[in-house]
Amino acid sequence: MLGYALSRATAAIPTLFLLVTLAFFLIRLAPGGPFDNERQLSPAIEANLQQRYHLDEPLLQQYGRYLWGIARGDFGPSFQYPDLTVTQLIAAGFPVSFTLGGCAMTLALIVGVLLGAIAAINQNGIVDYGVMTVAMLGISMPSFVLAPLLILWLAVYLGWLPAGGLESWRHFVLPVITLAAAQIAFIARLTRGSLIEVLSAQFIRTARAKGLPMHVIFLRHAAPAALAPVVSYLGPATAGIITGSVVIETIFGIPGLGRHFVNGALNRDYTLVLGVVLFYGLLVIVLNLVVDLLYAWLDPRVKY
Amino acid sequence: MRRFAIALATVATLFLNGCDPEWQTVNQPEITVAGETVLRKGNGAEPQTLDPHRAQGVPEANILRDLYEGLISENPDGTLAPGAATRWEISADGRIYTFYLRKYARWSNGAPLTAEDFVYSLRRGVDPATGSSYAAILSPILHAAAIIEGEVKPESLGVQAIDSHELKITLKSPTRYFLGLLTHTTTYPVYRPSVERFGAAFTQPGNNVSNGAYTLDEWVVASHVTLRRNPRYWDDASTRIDIVKFYGIDDQEAELRRYRAGELDLTSTVPLGQLEWVREHLRDEYRAAPYLGTYYYGLNLTRSPFKNNRALRKALSLAIDRGILVEKVTRGGELAAYGWVPPGIANYSGQALAYAEWSRSRQIKLARRLYRMAGYSRARPLRLEIRYNTSDAHETIAVVIASQWREVLGVHTTLVNEEWKVFLQNVQRRRVTQVYRAAWIGDYNDAYTFAELLHSRFGLNGTGYANPRYDRLLSQAAGEGDQQQRRTLLQQAERVLLADHALIPLYFYVNKRLLKPYIKGYRDNVMDHHYTKNLRIEVPTRTGARRD
Repeated sequence: MLGYALSRATAAIPTLFLLVTLAFFLIRLAPGGPFDNERQLSPAIEANLQQRYHLDEPLLQQYGRYLWGIARGDFGPSFQYPDLTVTQLIAAGFPVSFTLGGCAMTLALIVGVLLGAIAAINQNGIVDYGVMTVAMLGISMPSFVLAPLLILWLAVYLGWLPAGGLESWRHFVLPVITLAAAQIAFIARLTRGSLIEVLSAQFIRTARAKGLPMHVIFLRHAAPAALAPVVSYLGPATAGIITGSVVIETIFGIPGLGRHFVNGALNRDYTLVLGVVLFYGLLVIVLNLVVDLLYAWLDPRVKY
Repeated sequence: MRRFAIALATVATLFLNGCDPEWQTVNQPEITVAGETVLRKGNGAEPQTLDPHRAQGVPEANILRDLYEGLISENPDGTLAPGAATRWEISADGRIYTFYLRKYARWSNGAPLTAEDFVYSLRRGVDPATGSSYAAILSPILHAAAIIEGEVKPESLGVQAIDSHELKITLKSPTRYFLGLLTHTTTYPVYRPSVERFGAAFTQPGNNVSNGAYTLDEWVVASHVTLRRNPRYWDDASTRIDIVKFYGIDDQEAELRRYRAGELDLTSTVPLGQLEWVREHLRDEYRAAPYLGTYYYGLNLTRSPFKNNRALRKALSLAIDRGILVEKVTRGGELAAYGWVPPGIANYSGQALAYAEWSRSRQIKLARRLYRMAGYSRARPLRLEIRYNTSDAHETIAVVIASQWREVLGVHTTLVNEEWKVFLQNVQRRRVTQVYRAAWIGDYNDAYTFAELLHSRFGLNGTGYANPRYDRLLSQAAGEGDQQQRRTLLQQAERVLLADHALIPLYFYVNKRLLKPYIKGYRDNVMDHHYTKNLRIEVPTRTGARRD
């Protein structure tokens, strides 16, 4: 397994290289530049800025300079935030996004699996239909609708929780619930479908025939097999939840990475966008690798 | 089962590690200490820099006004007041200003604030190496323009420290608004040892040294900036609020929700879609006051159909019912604009288009006649594109104007929504742009800040307007020392501009915000400058504890 992990890690290098290369040249194709603003700069000032950020060099030279920089762990200065470097921005934003995404995914996993299991055990009963209806609602309701509704009820009307910002654990509750809602629905449906299939499998029938109690059959034999699809879903879902929480970050005023990504692109902050793309790329690769390793651990038929 | 349990535990641990509250101690803002009063301001967008010489937006300026103090400050009503300088003298020819600095003014680290600090800072502001977007605002100072263009060294700037507390500034020509200009952040002093030691990072908490009523305590990017009162500020005894937090909230609806939840004491604005609700439910907390800004439609005068076609430009302007725009669309108390310079500007009274007072039917009649004169008709309609940057409000206004043009003249208008940078580039290149939405907010309280936008050599003149008579009037006004004469020249220039229909003014801005009733000392002013040192909170429960 260690060999597999190492080979995957090695294969990630060309992937990341390709990602950086594509991102570097694609963002330069976007019209407008970082210094286009309502206030036009004098040619001397603009020339100075171009020089400071090496934008006066040929594009290939800039590309080489950038690669050399990231090889040394230097993502360069931000154009949008001239007082800060991209590394500082990522270092400040990632823990926030990771905490938010991590908590949301944990909540989604626990609640989703539980609901899915309840639905599967009561297949085609009232409970099943009830759970699945709620799950469908969770999938259907976009976060930009759910978030303001939750804020209105729980923060504005009832005053139980803060409406935005990130200054204590209480500030996490609403964004985590909002982010988790859609994931709970997905995981519940996945678990239900998978569990129903597994419960009708031959090895479960054998276990029953041997006279094993239902809870043992369920926990020891059915659950691990049924959760394999859920685990494989977790990798991309977690990456997605960490990287794609820009709507939540904007609505709740959370200083995560997602807003830097979007605002960086809108402001033509080349270095910030590239830094975040590279970082996200790395995150997706790592999370997928973790999930693949977990999958092999869970399912004895999978060998690397 | 064991494997499953371990796997689940691994996943949970991986995720829950993220929930570890330890990092929060790093990012968590200062919780109010007993006895300290906190003001929480909604501040619009996230500040991009806290370097007073590089800052360019309103959110940055709001914070910098509390952090730093220039030679001149402002009273709550926006009138000028002594700042770092206690008094000043102006030479008979209006070109030499001598400022006498406060003897006991200190930087937040205790170092004395001297005339040399201002010399260093003003030179830094115009030095092309600083990369200041606002450097041009210092152009009235002798040699500033040449320094900005990179022709001479920053040391040649007409600023001189006579001694540690006496500063002489020599201007290129008499500039009536120069004292008002000195309230702008680009003229603020920065602490040289800190800039030289930390470079761009001198703005970071721990590195930053300031001379205003507050010091920088914390900056959580994309969340908030916290300032704490500066005990070394010369007038600290009058400061009432101990901590001020500026929350960068891009989403106006989110800002309103946080205000309603009691997490903000004042907002930066009120979202257009919520105005009715706010007026009905938060009437006592809603403030709307005139603001130095004009919303207009720019016309590309360098290409067809507007090049050399004054009749068409006038017809389009006449066809717009500005009354409907402000009463049914913007609805915040904005004023219909028939002139270029907004009301409320100091020592000036704005000019208006001749048809401002006409009845609507008379305006329409003339519009149709001019449209025909320009060679268009219902059978041969004009086809136009209106470009605007992404925003619901801009889109709504464009829809209304397009429908009015269609109804009155039969113009076929296409709406083109562009991302901000694309929009700016298209406006500046003047290739594809025909009509574009724009706004101009005064940088200082003087009509010149509006007049110069249309000068043929002004970099932001997106219309391409170039009238030698207009330029000449502006040059004369810039060099005119007599206030009355200068006002007359600027008014003449405005009339020329309006008669040429170089742009279509639509409405004059108002500043809309929500303000909790316990905030005292707040006064509306056209610049919308509100120094925290002038505010106080009069509610016993707000002292000593946070209320969330």
